[in-house]
Amino acid sequence: MARIRTLPTLDRRGHPLSSSGFQRAALDALPLAHAFHDAAAEAAGGPLRAANVEVLQINVGKRCNQSCRHCHVDAGPDRAEVMPRAVLEACLQVLERSRIPTVDVTGGAPELHPAFRKIVTRARALGRHVMDRCNLTVMRLACNADLPGFFAEHGVEVIASLPWYARRRTDAQRGEGVFEASIEALRALNRVGYGHEGSGLLLQLVTNPAGAFLPANQSALERDWKRELGRRYGVYFNRLYTITNMPISRFLEWLLESDNLEGYMARLVAAFNPAAVSGLMCRSTLSVGWDGSLYDCDFNQMLELPIGSSIFDLAAGRADLAGRAIRVGPHCFGCTAGAGSSCGGATAAA
Amino acid sequence: MDSYYKPDDLPRFPEMGKEAPGLWEKFLGWYRAVFAEGALTEREKALIALGVAHAVQCPYCIDAFSRTCLEKGADPEQMTEAVHVAAAIRGGATLVHGLQMRAHVHRLSM
Repeated sequence: MARIRTLPTLDRRGHPLSSSGFQRAALDALPLAHAFHDAAAEAAGGPLRAANVEVLQINVGKRCNQSCRHCHVDAGPDRAEVMPRAVLEACLQVLERSRIPTVDVTGGAPELHPAFRKIVTRARALGRHVMDRCNLTVMRLACNADLPGFFAEHGVEVIASLPWYARRRTDAQRGEGVFEASIEALRALNRVGYGHEGSGLLLQLVTNPAGAFLPANQSALERDWKRELGRRYGVYFNRLYTITNMPISRFLEWLLESDNLEGYMARLVAAFNPAAVSGLMCRSTLSVGWDGSLYDCDFNQMLELPIGSSIFDLAAGRADLAGRAIRVGPHCFGCTAGAGSSCGGATAAA
Repeated sequence: MDSYYKPDDLPRFPEMGKEAPGLWEKFLGWYRAVFAEGALTEREKALIALGVAHAVQCPYCIDAFSRTCLEKGADPEQMTEAVHVAAAIRGGATLVHGLQMRAHVHRLSM
């Protein structure tokens, strides 16, 4: 099997964009037609506020075996940030003491965290639904060859990234060799029952546009993907989620280098869909950073826009997050453009 | 005016409604209806539009429908084939007029 080609992260290169402050300044300097705060307030009838937490999204670190060109985390093999045991325990304490129904484990490649299986096992023992955001190629590592069986045993919902159903566009975004390894991983998941209707084992695919444009209609793409992945590779899955690329980190780097930033942001602003505001994932998600800091979403986490409390505060009952004002910025137009975008795909009719 | 075609003019297209708003509204309503999902999908219509944009050699339309095709889920291979269809029709249209040439030659020749 071909080797997966990776590139150094912004962090390793010492790139100015490895600073979240530099990223925020670049976005704030753009001449946008509207501020997100105003657009969202008009659509929601007031400032954006959090509702009940439905999803605890745990970002266990920035280590990854890939270095995708659009990665908003700046994850890669050279990143050292890994969630310490004390933070993991606090996350599990919060789950024990709350009714948050879903745990969403992300990274980096979350499966590279040494305690990944423990998190899954304990969250499932608490009766919580567990989703794993999987890059697929992590399964080709010898230590992870049994991951499909582990996922099936614990009924984990697998959310797998695959930008396109053909090699060229996938490898252009995620690295040479990724497509072939991803198809092998999908076949392995299919073999244990994932993606087959009625098996109860959910395999969802995630596609991001390979460039500075909005995703296509989710249901139309899903029909194409089911037909083409079945016909070409004998691969099956349940749902396709379309996700808009966020102007953060390495995608921001590409937008700047390709002179697409201003045009892309103007496109996101022009495509603002008021109907997407009520379903914004930040309203029902609590995002935990590798160091225990809390955020409204994974994007705010990468731009270092914290809520101001930690998972330790929450575990100790010292944080009241209900109805909090969501922190917003120009990047938020990425979640309200067109049919809307979230970790679960489109959120509204376009 | 330093150029007949300016990229910045594309988003100013609605200014064409200023002197004839009634006609502009009629055009927009018809235009939206044409590109809505029907017997053909939005993606198929975008690919046809991309081919026609090349045939009529409109840089604004090529710009707009390249993006539209991508946002309707078309890939560069499909878009390139659409341009080849336009090119084939233009080429074929030129060539088939050769029969007129042959008819004239036949009429004028011994």
